[in-house]
Amino acid sequence: MRALAEYLAASWQLSPLGRELLSAGLILLTAIVVFAVALLIAALLTWLERRVAGRVQSRVGPNRVGPLGLLQWLADGLKMILKEDVVPAAADRPLFLLAPYPVMIGVFAAFATVPFSQLLIAADLDVGVLYLIAVTSLVVVGILMAGWGSNNKWSLLGGIRSAAQIVAYEVPAALALLSVVVMAGTLSLQSIVAAQGGWPWEWYLLRTPFGFVAFFIYFTAAVAEGNRTPFDLPEAESELVAGYNTEYSGIRFGGFFLGEFANIYLMSAIASALFFGGWQIPGVTPAEQVGSVWWQALGFLVFVAKAGVGCLVVILLRWTFPRLRVDQLTALCYRYLAPGAFLCLVGNALWIVLVPAGSLFERMVGYGMTAVAAALGLWFVLRMRRHMVSTGDRLDLDLFARGHTRAAFDPAWQARAYGRFRRRRPGEAS
Amino acid sequence: MSAAREYFAAIRRAVFSLADGLSVTVSYLLRRPVTIQYPDRTAQPVQRLLPERSRGLLEVDVERCTACGLCAKTCPIDCIVVETGKDAAGARLHTRMDVDLGRCMFCGLCVEACPTGAIRHSREFEGGMARVENLLVRFLDAPRPPAKPPKKGEEPPEKPAGSIIRSRLPGAFAPARRCAGGPDAKPGGAA
Repeated sequence: MRALAEYLAASWQLSPLGRELLSAGLILLTAIVVFAVALLIAALLTWLERRVAGRVQSRVGPNRVGPLGLLQWLADGLKMILKEDVVPAAADRPLFLLAPYPVMIGVFAAFATVPFSQLLIAADLDVGVLYLIAVTSLVVVGILMAGWGSNNKWSLLGGIRSAAQIVAYEVPAALALLSVVVMAGTLSLQSIVAAQGGWPWEWYLLRTPFGFVAFFIYFTAAVAEGNRTPFDLPEAESELVAGYNTEYSGIRFGGFFLGEFANIYLMSAIASALFFGGWQIPGVTPAEQVGSVWWQALGFLVFVAKAGVGCLVVILLRWTFPRLRVDQLTALCYRYLAPGAFLCLVGNALWIVLVPAGSLFERMVGYGMTAVAAALGLWFVLRMRRHMVSTGDRLDLDLFARGHTRAAFDPAWQARAYGRFRRRRPGEAS
Repeated sequence: MSAAREYFAAIRRAVFSLADGLSVTVSYLLRRPVTIQYPDRTAQPVQRLLPERSRGLLEVDVERCTACGLCAKTCPIDCIVVETGKDAAGARLHTRMDVDLGRCMFCGLCVEACPTGAIRHSREFEGGMARVENLLVRFLDAPRPPAKPPKKGEEPPEKPAGSIIRSRLPGAFAPARRCAGGPDAKPGGAA
């Protein structure tokens, strides 16, 4: 970006003031592009969430707006824009109106340091990880403003819960990220990605046992910070109506909504960059990658795929686990995650002191960890197969299937699907 | 020592039970959905797929109705009106047979009370109307002498289910429902 600015300034022979204006314009342009990309990602994630929710609950999900329902987010967005933006009479008006902005700024500003590929990054800050942790804390401010400004008991409770939860979970999240920073010796996200490799055993996830644990601690804490189920106490709809956004409607609600979904992608992207080798392609060094457009494109796809799998897992978590209680939430953080993250940090610090970089032992640990992770993955697949077989169902990889055309009412199908569990009448032959 | 063991056992239990729970939902992600997309993906029109005793919109066959008024008396919410009068010769005339389907709660008491089977549930249910007043259905166009109670062993001709209500609620039902099997698909899937 800076190179481009200097090139343009030189070719147009700009005055110092012109140079300033040019760089300001380029920064503005970058900001708009980052914002648009983040919005698009968040919008597509809402579609993914609803499709996945449908499949998990044996439904089809939205499929009427556009092919496969892909344009559902446009319809939803249009609806939100057209809806009335109601401000309660007793609300603290300025706080109420401003509350969605810190939430959106906190999440979307963090997108500036997401390394989509080796060159595709808005700002590769030297203090990248620190910036991420700092700027995402703005979300708390917005949620507290919404909770207080609504002048509503539910909103206030939701806002307070959210503040307590986010502040508490910053500790394990930051410590888990630090354990990677210790390994890489830098806070810049691009340098952290470059310090890893394309192969799984070169990722910080599998290079040491501590990194493996740190990833899960970070992921759990990030889900909690994003107010996602099973940590969605701030908006717990069965207790608090909708928590801090009870009183919001129209596009102001849309702001919270998009912020939440952008946050899902953000946490997956951070996890992918810090633990999963980001845009690194197996067998291609960063030096080779920098020269070729095709390697760049492939690196981008690799990064997006890794982050996408992360998003899918976050969405699946929501449709799998019940909500925690407040005491369980804090106990999980302070009793398990925080000490665990601290141990990971100390462990990784000792590791770089005691184990020489590139030694045989380090590589053997990497291979061993990869084997363990593969075994765990295999266990998961086998459990999945067992659940499928035990209900007499079949694997169906047509993820966009529109459902059975007969099913449900068809006795033959019923017998096949539910026959095992149907209670038999006395005397009926089995 | 036992406290430490309990601590790590809790972590182990949590990790494996959560992973197992996740494997259940992921397995559902990779199965075919069970839902049928109403109305255009069903093998036959939905009316035929409904259970045999499903209680759809009420319809009255005035040619079987004796105008006894039992249905109106049993109706808990008084949505049925039956009126009789006399003609010039002094014979009984059936003058009114109205059912307000907008108020009907589909309890089926009128159907049980009817001695001749004139009032019955159809399998139609898609009676959507722009105005709720239009759901007040008048089954009698002009006064007519009420039907005689049938003699023992005699069964008056029965009209096809749903034909009366379809003609009385014009515009509510699409002429032929879009469905994967076409409007004339043979019954068979339904019980």
